Amino acid sequence: MDERGTRGGRGGRGALGLACLLVAASALVPPRHGPAPAPGAGPARAPAAEAAAAEGAAEDCTDPEASLPPSAADGPTIAAIRARGKLVVGVDQNSYRWGYRNPATGTLEGFDIDLARAVAADILGSPDAVILRAVPTNQRIAALEGRKVDLVVRTMTINCARIRQVAFSTAYFETGQQVLAAKDSPITGYDTSLAGKRVCSAEGSTAYEALERRSYGAIHRDEHDGTPRDADRYTVPNQLDCLVRLQAGEVDAVVTDSALAAGQAAQDPAVELKGTPFTTEYYGVAARLGHDDLVRRVNHVLVAYRAGPWARAYEKWLKADLPGISGPPAPLYRTEASS
Amino acid sequence: MSDAGNARPAPAGAPAPAGVPVPPPDGHGVPRGAPRRGGPARLRAAAATPPGRLRILGAVLALLVVAFGAVTAVEVTGRSDAAGDVVGRSQPLSADAAHIYRSLADADTAAAGGFLAGAREPAGVRERYEEDVATAARLLVKAAANTDGSSAAAAEITTLNEELPRYTGLVEQARAADRQGLPLGGAYLRYANQRMTTRLLPAAERLYEAETARLAEDEGDARAWPVLSLAAGLLVLAALVRAQWRDHRHTNRILNPGLLAATAATAAVLLWLAGAHTLARAGLGDARAHGQDSLKVLNEARIGSLKARANENLTVVARGAVLTDDGRSDKYATEYGAAMAGLDRALAEARRLADDAAGGDPVADAAHWTAEWRERHAEARRTDEAGDYDGALKRVIGGEASTGAAFDRVDAALRKALDHEQEEFTGAAGRARDALAGLPAGAAALAVLGAVGAVAGVNRRLAEYR
Repeated sequence: MDERGTRGGRGGRGALGLACLLVAASALVPPRHGPAPAPGAGPARAPAAEAAAAEGAAEDCTDPEASLPPSAADGPTIAAIRARGKLVVGVDQNSYRWGYRNPATGTLEGFDIDLARAVAADILGSPDAVILRAVPTNQRIAALEGRKVDLVVRTMTINCARIRQVAFSTAYFETGQQVLAAKDSPITGYDTSLAGKRVCSAEGSTAYEALERRSYGAIHRDEHDGTPRDADRYTVPNQLDCLVRLQAGEVDAVVTDSALAAGQAAQDPAVELKGTPFTTEYYGVAARLGHDDLVRRVNHVLVAYRAGPWARAYEKWLKADLPGISGPPAPLYRTEASS
Repeated sequence: MSDAGNARPAPAGAPAPAGVPVPPPDGHGVPRGAPRRGGPARLRAAAATPPGRLRILGAVLALLVVAFGAVTAVEVTGRSDAAGDVVGRSQPLSADAAHIYRSLADADTAAAGGFLAGAREPAGVRERYEEDVATAARLLVKAAANTDGSSAAAAEITTLNEELPRYTGLVEQARAADRQGLPLGGAYLRYANQRMTTRLLPAAERLYEAETARLAEDEGDARAWPVLSLAAGLLVLAALVRAQWRDHRHTNRILNPGLLAATAATAAVLLWLAGAHTLARAGLGDARAHGQDSLKVLNEARIGSLKARANENLTVVARGAVLTDDGRSDKYATEYGAAMAGLDRALAEARRLADDAAGGDPVADAAHWTAEWRERHAEARRTDEAGDYDGALKRVIGGEASTGAAFDRVDAALRKALDHEQEEFTGAAGRARDALAGLPAGAAALAVLGAVGAVAGVNRRLAEYR
C-alpha cells in the first residue's frame, strides 16, 4: 500500500510500465545476470534511471529490485532473532487478502502474513514463532529504523528512494495501477472511457499522480484538497475508502494498485478490475539497512517460496479477484557483494 | 378611569403639561377648528374659577397616576414575559440543542465502541447508540416546532434531519460488512464518523449557537431597565408633591389624605418596580454566572470527552489506515489528543466557575477520571504497538480497568455537574421571573387606588366651595 509512499523514482515508472508491457508483449527479455529478471526489466531500465534522477532519487539507481544473492548462512541479525526466539514482522491490518484482521476470528491473515510465517518457519523452525505487529503505512521505514520490527511484509513497493532507507529482498509480487469499476460500467480501463467520470484515488498515491498527469477527462480532484474544507469525496485517506464511495454511488471508478484493487473486488461482487495495469511495480520484504544476513536469508526463503508455496498462497488469497498471474516475478540479484 | 368621574369630564387629550396642572386662563390664539371651540372655551370658563381649576387639577392628577400604572403594567409584563421565556422556552431550547449535539457525539462514540466489539457487541452499547439516535430525532422535532421556519436555526434543523438517516445507514452498512468479515466495515465506520464530524456535529453546533443567541436576546429583554415606567413614576410623584405643596400654601392645611394616599400608592409602585426589577436582574445575573456559563463549559467538557472517546475507538478501528494531512501521525490518535486537551481546558474552567461543593465535586471527579483515562489510554497504545491487538482492545473496551470504564466515569460525573448547574440556572432564572410576577397587576391596582385618592383629595377641597 503506497498511499503515502515516497514517490521518488516512481513518477517515470508509469511510462516505464507501459514500455515494459510493450517489450514484454513482444519478446521475453534475456536475463542479464542470474535468473530471469522481472518481465521487461532489462533494457527498459535506462529511462527509469533518468526519471529517478530527475526526481531526486539516487543517481546510480538503475535496478531498485536487484537484491543481495540468497544465502542460508547465519549472521549477527539472525543470531539475535534466534536468541529472542521470535521474528518480529511489521504487517498491515486493513488490506483484505494481503494482511488483515479477520473480524470473526480476530487473527491476522493474508498473502503477506503467509510469507511472514514462511520466513519465521525457515529461521526459527515454526511458522508461529512470529510476532505480527501492525504498522501504519507511514511508519514502515521508521519501524525498521527504530528496530521495532525485524522485517516489514506489507505490500511495500520497491523504489529508488526507498532503497536508500531500507534493504529490500527480491521482488515477491508484481503489481501496477489499475482501474476498478462496477461490472456493468461502460468504463473499460485507464483510457478515454473515463471521460466525464468521477474517479476516486487515495491522497498522495501513485494512482492520484497518474490521474494528475493524465486523467482522460475524469473528475478526480476535490475542490478543497489539502485544506480543512477537503470533502474527501474523490481523494480519500485510504484506498479502501474509495470502495465506500463507489458503493455509495459518489464515484464511478477507483484507481489503485491492482493487488489492492483485487482486495476491494473481493469485498464487493458487483465490481471488477478493468483493463490491464498501466504501471509496473514490485512488492518486496524490507529489512533494516545493513542487516545483510537477514536480507540474504529472506531471499533464500523466497527462492523456495517461489517454487510452490507462492502459487498456493496466490490461489488461496488472490486468484479469485486477481486472475491471470502465472507466477511470481523472477528475482534480480546484485553482482557486487555489498549494498 | 371611570373612578375619576367625580371630577368634571376632562377634555380628551387635555393639554396638561406635567407639574403645571392649571393651564393659562387666557390662552392667546383662539383655536380655529369648530369642534375644538367647545372644549377650550369650557376649559377657559372652568379655569376662570377656583373650583374649576381644582376640578381640572383632580382630573389631571388622576390621569397621571393611572397612566403611570398602565405604563408600568405594560412594560413589566414585557420584562416578565421575557424572563418567563428565558426559563420556559429559550433556555430549554438552548439546552435541547446542546443535548442534540451530545446525543449525536455519543451515538458516534457508541457506534465505534460497538464496532470494536464486533460480533460480541454488548447489548448495552447497542441500546445506547439507538437511544442516542432516538433522542436526537425527538429533540429535533421539538426544536423544529419551536422554530420559525425562515430562521437560521430552521436551516440547521433541516440539515440535521437530512443527515441523520444517512449517518445511521452508514453505521448499519459498517456493521453488516464487519459481520461478513470484511475490512470494508471499518472504512464504512470511518466514513460515518467523517459525516458526523464534518456535517452533523457542525450543524448541531450552529443550532446550539442560534438557540443560545436567542436566549441571550430574551435575557437582555428581561434585564433591560423599565426606563419609561421609572421616569413616569418620578414625574407623577413630583406632580403630586407639587399639588400638595400648593394646596398647603393656599389653604394652610398640612395634609390632604386623598392626595397623600395617591402619593403613597405611586411611591409604592415605584419602589416595587425598582425593587422587583433589581431582584430580577440579580436573579438573571446569577442564572448566567452560576448556571449558563457553567453549563456552557460543562457542555464543552462533555463534548470533548465524547470526541476523545470516539477517536480513541477509531484509532483501534482504523489501525493506522488514516493519517493526518502531513502524513506524519495517525489522524485519530491526533484528534484524540486534541479532544482531551479541550476536555482539560473545559474542566479547568468549570472548576473555576463552580461556586459550591455540589457543583465542584463532580467536576473534580471528572478531572480525576480524565487523568486516569489518559494513563490507561497510554498503556493501551503501548500494548497495541507491542503487537498485542487483543490486549489493547481489552484495555479500550474491556471491563472495569479499561479506558471505556474511565470514560464512563468522566461522563457520569459531567452529567451530574450538568444536572446541578441546570438546576441552579432554572432556580435563579425562576426567581427572576417570580420577582416580577405580581407587579403588573399590583401596579394597576395601586394606580387605580392612587387615582381614586387624588380625586377624593381634590373633591374634599371642592366641597369647601359649596
